[in-house]
Amino acid sequence: MATTDTTAPIPTTLPGGRRHTRRLLTRGILPRIVLIVGLIAFMAPFYWMFISAVKTPQEGARFPPTLIPETWVWQNFPDAVNFIPFGVFALNSLILTVGITIGAVVSNTLVAYGFSRIDWPGRDKVFYLCIATIFLPYPVIIVALFDIFGRLPAFGIQGSDSWVNTFLPLIVPAFFGNPFYIFLLRQFMLGIPRELSDAAKVDGASEFQTFWRVILPLTSPAIAVVLIFAAVAAWNEFLLPLLYLHEQSKYPLAVGLAFFTSEHDVAYNLLMAASTLVVLPVVIIFLFTQRFFVEGISVGGVKG
Amino acid sequence: MTQPSAALPAARRFGPRRLGAIERRNLRLGLSFISPWLFGFVALGVFPILYTFYLSLTRYSGLRDPIFIGPENYQRMADDPQFWKAVYNTLYYTLLAVPIGVVVAMIIALAMNQKLREIGFYRAAFYLPSILPVFAISFIFIVMLNPGYGLVNHVLSAVGLRGPNWLGDPAYTKLALVMIAQLGAGQYALIFLAGLKGIPAELYESASLDGAGAFRKFFSITLPLMTPIILFDIIIGLSLALQIFTPAFILTGGGERAAGPDNSLLMFVYFLYRQAFQFGQMGYAAALSVVLFIVSLLLAWAVFKWAGGWVYYESERS
Repeated sequence: MATTDTTAPIPTTLPGGRRHTRRLLTRGILPRIVLIVGLIAFMAPFYWMFISAVKTPQEGARFPPTLIPETWVWQNFPDAVNFIPFGVFALNSLILTVGITIGAVVSNTLVAYGFSRIDWPGRDKVFYLCIATIFLPYPVIIVALFDIFGRLPAFGIQGSDSWVNTFLPLIVPAFFGNPFYIFLLRQFMLGIPRELSDAAKVDGASEFQTFWRVILPLTSPAIAVVLIFAAVAAWNEFLLPLLYLHEQSKYPLAVGLAFFTSEHDVAYNLLMAASTLVVLPVVIIFLFTQRFFVEGISVGGVKG
Repeated sequence: MTQPSAALPAARRFGPRRLGAIERRNLRLGLSFISPWLFGFVALGVFPILYTFYLSLTRYSGLRDPIFIGPENYQRMADDPQFWKAVYNTLYYTLLAVPIGVVVAMIIALAMNQKLREIGFYRAAFYLPSILPVFAISFIFIVMLNPGYGLVNHVLSAVGLRGPNWLGDPAYTKLALVMIAQLGAGQYALIFLAGLKGIPAELYESASLDGAGAFRKFFSITLPLMTPIILFDIIIGLSLALQIFTPAFILTGGGERAAGPDNSLLMFVYFLYRQAFQFGQMGYAAALSVVLFIVSLLLAWAVFKWAGGWVYYESERS
């Protein structure tokens, strides 16, 4: 009697209880453990960069390392900026970033309009060709492009006879479209009702006026995405400035830090301080515009 | 569009001859709007590729005119131990980085696909490292992987493991590159997450009614429905892995000495860069570019072929 009484509820409560713990694991606790462990791993490099940047050289080289600096040397930041020609590098990075971003916005909006708002024969075939070029590995053409740009006259811009050793090979190609940004803007422009263009045409607007006054303002969220992606990509670019720029006074931060540190044996705490200052603008831009990044990812699927 | 006599409706035809006035006007306008890309496609895409093929058949230092030498540059590769080293390093890295990248992104995406209140925070925090400059991240890893004062070996020793000399031992240098690449996983995790959100909840509900557990559901529903996105990730990851340059350059200091211990960080594009821009072997470097171009296309084609066996497309059901 007594045994049946106590065993009777077991078949009903035990699976229910198991299901409850399993739900707890899959719905809340297990994912959070995975995410928090993952986050610690993803954030550790940047934490390490920051604390290495504020340590003294002695503490930075100590074994075992200190996880929290014993002395916080904020002076490392001004020291790094003064020891490395940081201002020159940062200004070059800024000029390149602004130039490349302007090129990306101007060219890709025009091209995306041509691929979405005008119905011309063969349009979609040409668009697929454009998308296919995403899969061309860029390094394949660096040798040929370098040689081509080396033969183009620069008429003394930045003291150079050819485009090599000027900002031109870095900025000018941005004015000829990027398939990823074209795709992103085209998707957005396809979603704008056709009637808006038709109404503008009835009012006598030319195609360019329709583009400029009607479609462009409505596309501004997607333009913001392109603007941010292009600016971040330009700020982060390493290979192209490395190829084309051959004087320290023309280096952007990427190449400047790489060469300066290998040539002058810069202390690691100063290199980490400089790296922090390079990463910081991107982090700040991200914090203010993260919604655009997430939109860009969900529309485009991948960053250029 | 290549057969002018085909009996298609005239309005849908390509080629300006049989178009009406409006289509002619639209064609003219459309081409003017896309003209920046068209010009770039020809001048910065098609022409450089053809020029690369030509240069690959020449001896060329970049200073004097190229001298035509036929397939000599390609024969030279076969006997160049550095070429084979670069091929080996790049394939080794690719075969390691691409699958690990897919798994890491998938785990993060699956964990984010639960109903968590703080999901916005995770999304932002995992995505952020993927837009930070790789050259700066590479500097950080030089410091973090130091066997003495680095964080990684400190953590390993805390759990009783003796960490290796990551950047000094040729067996471990490529693992450092794989670690650096994982910081970009957040971006792919967001793409996977968008895919996971698109899987209809009814599928999981009916599977639950049939008594399927979490693992069963993952392998029978989630994974098959995610295969198109996984294929996309593999294709992009493959292309990026074959092009890897910046971290290898930074970790080795970029000089003309050996690229890491035993040239273990001599990646294909790094090798190409050195031949062209440090040793003035533009013809040989052009031949290397052609090889990279063909291998990239072949590998992408092979992945698509292979994927035909496992990618599941919704439209195939009907």
